[in-house]
Amino acid sequence: MQDESGKTTTRRGFLQAGAAMGAGAMLAGTTAAAQSADPLITEIQPWAQGLGDGVDASPYGLPIRFETDVVRRNVSWLTADVISSINFTPIHALDGTITPQGCAFERHHSGAIELAKEDYRLMINGLVDTPLVFTYEDLERFPRTTRTFFLECAANTGMEWAGAQLNGSQFTHGMIHNMEYTGVTLRTLLDEAGIKPEGKWLFVEGADASSNGRSIPMEKALDDCMIAFKANGEALRKEHGYPVRLVVPGWEGNLWVKWLRRLEVTDAPVESREETSKYTDTMADGTSRKWTWVMDAKSVITAPSPQMPIKHGAGPLVITGLAWSGRGAISRVDVSLDGGITWKEARLAAPGQDMALTRFYFDHVWDGSEMLIQSRAMDSTGYVQPTKAQLREVRGMNSVYHNNCIQTWWVKPNGEAENVEVS
Amino acid sequence: MSKYPKLLLIAALAFGGSPALAQKMGLGRAALPEEVAAWDKDVRPDGLGLPEGSGDVLTGEEVFSDKCAACHGEFAEGVDNWPKLAGGKGTLNREDPLKTVGSYWPHLSTVWDYVNRSMPFGNAQSLTADEVYAITAYILYSNDLVEDDFVLSNENFASFELPNAGGFFVDDRDQTELAAFGAAPCMENCKPEVKITMHATVLDVTPGDPTDDAPAAEVVEVTAEAPEAAPEVVAEAAPALDPELVAAGEKVFKKCAACHKVGDKAKNGSGPMLNGIVGRAAGSVDGFRYSSALMDAAAGGLVWDADALHVFLEKPKSFLPKTKMSFAGLKKAEDRDAIIAYLSTFGG
Ligand code: HEC
Ligand code: HEC
Repeated sequence: MQDESGKTTTRRGFLQAGAAMGAGAMLAGTTAAAQSADPLITEIQPWAQGLGDGVDASPYGLPIRFETDVVRRNVSWLTADVISSINFTPIHALDGTITPQGCAFERHHSGAIELAKEDYRLMINGLVDTPLVFTYEDLERFPRTTRTFFLECAANTGMEWAGAQLNGSQFTHGMIHNMEYTGVTLRTLLDEAGIKPEGKWLFVEGADASSNGRSIPMEKALDDCMIAFKANGEALRKEHGYPVRLVVPGWEGNLWVKWLRRLEVTDAPVESREETSKYTDTMADGTSRKWTWVMDAKSVITAPSPQMPIKHGAGPLVITGLAWSGRGAISRVDVSLDGGITWKEARLAAPGQDMALTRFYFDHVWDGSEMLIQSRAMDSTGYVQPTKAQLREVRGMNSVYHNNCIQTWWVKPNGEAENVEVS
Repeated sequence: MSKYPKLLLIAALAFGGSPALAQKMGLGRAALPEEVAAWDKDVRPDGLGLPEGSGDVLTGEEVFSDKCAACHGEFAEGVDNWPKLAGGKGTLNREDPLKTVGSYWPHLSTVWDYVNRSMPFGNAQSLTADEVYAITAYILYSNDLVEDDFVLSNENFASFELPNAGGFFVDDRDQTELAAFGAAPCMENCKPEVKITMHATVLDVTPGDPTDDAPAAEVVEVTAEAPEAAPEVVAEAAPALDPELVAAGEKVFKKCAACHKVGDKAKNGSGPMLNGIVGRAAGSVDGFRYSSALMDAAAGGLVWDADALHVFLEKPKSFLPKTKMSFAGLKKAEDRDAIIAYLSTFGG
């Protein structure tokens, strides 16, 4: 142990020195020269000599110990306790688009329950020809579908509405994840029960003590909603609704009921607590928008950012981030380095997919001076991500949910970044 | 006339005229009426779904004080960070509006429905219909919306309108935002200058210790050590404990965790922190406001040894009739054994 950590320190020291030197040279466009030979190369390292772990050392693997800081974190002052609470995906440290389940944010209203497949039942009732009950096994026998979608909590970035508050993209934008879901479409299940013509809404309800229930217009339910039992190829995690959750593509996360137990076809919305007291948007005059289900186009630079300072000095710099839209696919992302005076188009890692995260990169040669970095998403409907000022002009100052404004990070000459609001 | 359309018609009838004439898989089974009744509990604004029953303000006050006030306050005004259910009248168009049942909620049905299905927190679906009517009446009273002789029942329910019933409108972003945010984006000289108008560090509310923002390598060291250190502490405090029982107790503690904290940084919540509770004098946590019932028992010399905890935790309200701990109790002796073992791993 001691030996190893001693070595780590020297190695790190060496690398840092090398990096600082390299940076200057890079800026000039030439390759750096080493002052002395790198012992990591000239000395035989223990891993090159001895043996590593055998197979089965961890039958279900976790990230290597050097990555243990890439975890969900919560903001304890937000809620009274951790049972009805939220934590945040470490988006600052992830890349690509798929969120590993183990670090995908959690929001529970009465804790993450343990519900075994054998104990699982799904009921369809209300305005149907035949009210039905399915076991978990029944659900696995329906024709299956696999699709990738983002899930964003309506409160994501909500704390930023009144002003810059939290220092880190994890905290400002981490109530989001993006997974590949496998399951059965709601259309398939509802057809099995037979929807009566007056059935215009679907009330969906979870099995946990919060009994979270939401009303979804039947049109949406039949369009692209599904129940999922797998995410990223494996069973859902307990905290994401094992064994079955609802998937409501592009719409606010609270609708994606976990531990889904009931689908009730109705002729009117229930107006449950989560669609009245919560998830409604209060305007300046005190009236409130309801049924603001769709998540508008949004983006954020995940690195550099407050938790991801630039440590290599001036020279080549990868600016990267995520963009998404509940109305369709991301068609373009622009990046500004001067707080929104000038913009340049970023490179999308892959063409935007409907209602799924899109990764963007902006390859930059940093001169080491301060920057105000921003990203701006556009989606396939032509919608352009607005500034906070634009949103406030319509919604006033008292809104909380559905904040999709442009985010600014102030990157200082020393590479550190801070969450700021700009004029 | 071919036979074909006729067949279709028969099929349509057989499937009850379902709009999407899909092929059925024949999976699942018909739900029994009593199963539907057991799960289909939601209540709609027009009162659809309400069971028969009634309750008055004074009964509601008692039940609320007993089962809800630990978190929501005696007058529904909220304790600490727990939700406030009363007050906030006239604040919706001001800075920091206070949204409560009285100031914000559009429908009384939502109160009944939510309390019935989801509260009390940690013991949901334990109230009778009459209790829910009474509590709902009391929440109205706390919001100055009814007098203290008010009785709420399934019969007068639908006629009651909350003050903010007309305060909501359906999502209009299509009209108010889509067009405004749909113009071709500006690429150059988009504004004359840029100034920083607000810094997150001024508020300094980002969670955690400084290591949260420190370079990754240092954080690794901190978190990597934690799991090794923890068992040592446990072993020192109580060498004779059965680890399986402690582990079982940790699970049972989930029932307490909404109100009680244990461990390193445990603070008082809606219940006192429980470090060192086993063997400690009752009512002795600094800064926690106990009920007079508990303080009386403490003055009488009550000490929370394993026996006392067993009796208290089985039925808190029988042991201490006026305690403000709103918890039904742990019926199973093995759960109580487990929780006591678990709690005894946390020294004072
Ligand atoms: C242990 C603490 C606790 C107790 C006891 C408790 N509640 Fe709650 N209550 C909560 C929490 C936490 C929430 C928010 C839950 C969430 O976020 O989904 C809540 C939410 C509510 C709300 C909705 C508030 C809003 O603005 O949306 C109502 C109404 C309510 N409780 C009523 C009651 C009633 C009535 C009782 C007693 C029968 C009760 N509660 C007992 C903790 C408690
Ligand atoms: C709904 C909130 C709530 C829940 C759930 C709850 N408690 Fe309590 N508990 C309290 C409150 C409030 C008090 C203070 C009682 C009083 O002053 O009358 C208390 C007091 C206590 C005390 C006495 C503390 C002292 O310092 O004298 C013990 C022991 C205790 N609780 C254990 C538990 C255990 C164990 C559980 C879970 C099995 C639990 N409680 C569940 C709220 C709760």
